[in-house]
Amino acid sequence: MNINGKPVTLEADGDMPLLWALRDVIGLTGTKYGCGAGLCGACTVHLDGAPVRACQTPVADVGTAKITTIEGLSATDLGRKLQAAWAALDVPQCGYCQGGQLMAAAALLRDTPKPSDDDIDAAMAGNLCRCGTYTRIRAAIKQVAGVRA
Amino acid sequence: MNALPLSRRQMLFAGALAGGGLWFGAGPAGAAQDGVAGSPGAGLTAFIRIMPDNRITIVSQNPEIGQGIKTSIPMLIVEELDADWSQVTIEQALADQKIYGRQVAGGSMATTLLYDSMRRTGAAARAMLVQAAATRLGVPVGELTTGSAMVRHAASNRSLSYGALAADAATLPLPDLKAVTLKDPKAFRIVGKPMPGVDNMKVVTGAPLFGIDASVPGMKIAMFVKCPCYGGTVASANLDAVKAIKGVRNAFIVAGNGDDYELAAGVAIIADTTWAAMKAREALQVEWAPGAGADQSSEGFAKAAAALAGTRGPQEIFTEGDAAAAMPGAAKRLKASYHYPFLVHAPLEPMNCTARVDGDKVELWAPTQNPEPGRASIAKLLGVAPEAVVIHMMRCGGGFGRRLTTEYMTEAAWIAREAKVPVKLIWTREDDVTRGNLRPAGWHHLEAGLDADGKVTAWTNHFVSFGKEGKFGRAAAIETTQFPARFVPNFRCDATVLDLAAPTNFLRAPANNGFGFVMQSFIDELAYLAGQDPVAFRRTLLGTPRLVGPADKRDSYDAARALGVLDKAAAMAGWGRKLPKREGLGIAFHFSHLGYFAAAMEVAVADAGDVKVKKVWAAGDVGRQIVNPSGAINQVQGSVIDAIGSAMGQAATLSGGAIEQRNYDGFPIMRMPDTPPIEVAFVLSDHPPTGLGEPAYPATPPALANAIFAATGVRLRSLPIDTELLKA
Ligand code: FES
Ligand code: FES
Repeated sequence: MNINGKPVTLEADGDMPLLWALRDVIGLTGTKYGCGAGLCGACTVHLDGAPVRACQTPVADVGTAKITTIEGLSATDLGRKLQAAWAALDVPQCGYCQGGQLMAAAALLRDTPKPSDDDIDAAMAGNLCRCGTYTRIRAAIKQVAGVRA
Repeated sequence: MNALPLSRRQMLFAGALAGGGLWFGAGPAGAAQDGVAGSPGAGLTAFIRIMPDNRITIVSQNPEIGQGIKTSIPMLIVEELDADWSQVTIEQALADQKIYGRQVAGGSMATTLLYDSMRRTGAAARAMLVQAAATRLGVPVGELTTGSAMVRHAASNRSLSYGALAADAATLPLPDLKAVTLKDPKAFRIVGKPMPGVDNMKVVTGAPLFGIDASVPGMKIAMFVKCPCYGGTVASANLDAVKAIKGVRNAFIVAGNGDDYELAAGVAIIADTTWAAMKAREALQVEWAPGAGADQSSEGFAKAAAALAGTRGPQEIFTEGDAAAAMPGAAKRLKASYHYPFLVHAPLEPMNCTARVDGDKVELWAPTQNPEPGRASIAKLLGVAPEAVVIHMMRCGGGFGRRLTTEYMTEAAWIAREAKVPVKLIWTREDDVTRGNLRPAGWHHLEAGLDADGKVTAWTNHFVSFGKEGKFGRAAAIETTQFPARFVPNFRCDATVLDLAAPTNFLRAPANNGFGFVMQSFIDELAYLAGQDPVAFRRTLLGTPRLVGPADKRDSYDAARALGVLDKAAAMAGWGRKLPKREGLGIAFHFSHLGYFAAAMEVAVADAGDVKVKKVWAAGDVGRQIVNPSGAINQVQGSVIDAIGSAMGQAATLSGGAIEQRNYDGFPIMRMPDTPPIEVAFVLSDHPPTGLGEPAYPATPPALANAIFAATGVRLRSLPIDTELLKA
């Protein structure tokens, strides 16, 4: 497997969701468990840049796709900008959802550098924030995209 | 080392650190006799550590659950210490109430309790450093100023860093805490400025911070499968089949102690990975012996509660005047029954705890809001000394009250001991929902009478709640002073307590999260009945700006502060504006947890009944100073979103003594596209600063219901709202 730009050898059953392979076997705990059912987005990672739910992705299905987790987000300029905006605008409350939110936001801005509010809604609707930080998530995305708040 | 009383049980100490530093800290009265030679060990822990190289560390004593306490409380210390925020590092304290006193994230109490003492702690440290500088430079204290962790003597253009003074300061007597000079708040450079959370960079880079990220050598993953019906026990289980599954190390039955707050019965599974444990659960077959609540259901409770309409409850809560006598003479009367359902907390990080048991020592890595009950249960059930339980308080992925109970800590400790291996116990989301601690449902059978001018002259409430044998359960009682008690001349509130087997628990703005909806919706009904504007009607009900009740009591009610936030929210919303058809403005106010809040809301209701919240305005009065405006606004917006989400779609329903919902599909949390813009304003009043985790919640659901009424003419008396009723 290729995780955050590094080759990693994984010994696990093929049906193990990528979420648990990352957390329990590889030791990357930034990807979070929230529901295990594709409902919360806390486990969002990128496969070749596209956002997927790691809890719904068996490791056997990953193939040769490059995996990026929240720990690898700062490898790109866009990732670093998002992280800086998130910190400066003080988006997190508990912070548990924010790794998944950032991965979803990074995928959005990669494909749609100047998103509309509807684009943001569509890209972020699958990511729950139980603390209710959506107002600031939207503001941080817009700040990075340079679109009007 | 020197000591001074900080509170009745705690002392403030200061002393030298190895390497020439100064520490400033607290411990139990008597800790000095433990023979601590000037280092914060043996029952003493530092709040402040200053090293010769001017490195400054502040220890945050309370659990961090997303309320921002690890940022806001240290801000108070650093402000008075007069260092720059960028010069300090914040460290999380261990759980030890002998040292720190109360370490609870609950009741929105930290700011209330610590605002003054943490400022004084910082100011005392600063005074000692200044004194040390005065001696060193041979100048009077009055000629010295501080800033950026330096003491300056302007006249001779000399300055010394705190670090350079630390060793000298450590030998000085502590100044009188009551007499230390505090800054004029106008000179604050940190407090009152928006300060991003101290762990933000760790959060956004995915660093291991949370309970669920904990790891100890040799650790296995544990799951604990409990009876779907609360209180149920294990009759038998196919343990051998489960143990045969790849990656599973052990499986055993835990008998429990019959108390769902401590250690329920269930089957423990120990596995190499979470996935192996999950597969084992699928293979697990348990024959359960259902618990005492097996015949309890939400439907049954609703019937029992409905039958009580028009009667009086056996428990008298509060009586003033004579409501029964006044009611028949009223010019207009209105009866209505209100209801809100059971809820679970569903924080995004499910319950989990890592435990290592070594002989009679227990070490826990626990995402907890309230470590001490966990320590007590573990000491009792494992037969170890409370001091032998070390609790690392991990950052919590949300709390909302759920982590005030500590059964997951007890489970982890018990399972680790039985399995003879360190474990990380992880609850699945389904465990979290189905074994939730319930926000008690409630019913209120209300009646009110108005005189010819539309003034409320009589009010009765038969409150139907939950508990055992006539005693209110946790978070299920109503205060004697719940508004509008004391604002209506003839008032009666009484109660019936229904027996409930499931555990109940505090949920953000406990009890008030339901009461706000009931009282402020019914008051809205009365405004329309009186033919008055809802804001004007509320102003009349509050009456002259005055304090009702004794000034030093938690349950006094300040009409001036309630009026202040009501007027502010109305002004922000442009109250009285004309709106298009099927759009409406609603308003409500509520006092709880020492905070006054009003919410105004604008909604549009589609012909199909769907409700869109277009905008929310929230005005709060939590005293004269907002410690961290960034965190404060985040808390208020979060509370509003929490409350709208809950009112729109959340109910945990019991059937056969078990919760029917299992995950976020059945128990929906508000999502981004439904989130309205939320404007927040603070009304500063000359009162001590109080907490913000909770009081913004209760005014929100009634503002929503009242806005829906304004838009549609349909009065919603039950949560969650039923959009079927709102069709054009
Ligand atoms: S944990 Fe994967 S979507 Fe919730
Ligand atoms: S910040 Fe707590 S769940 Fe999003």
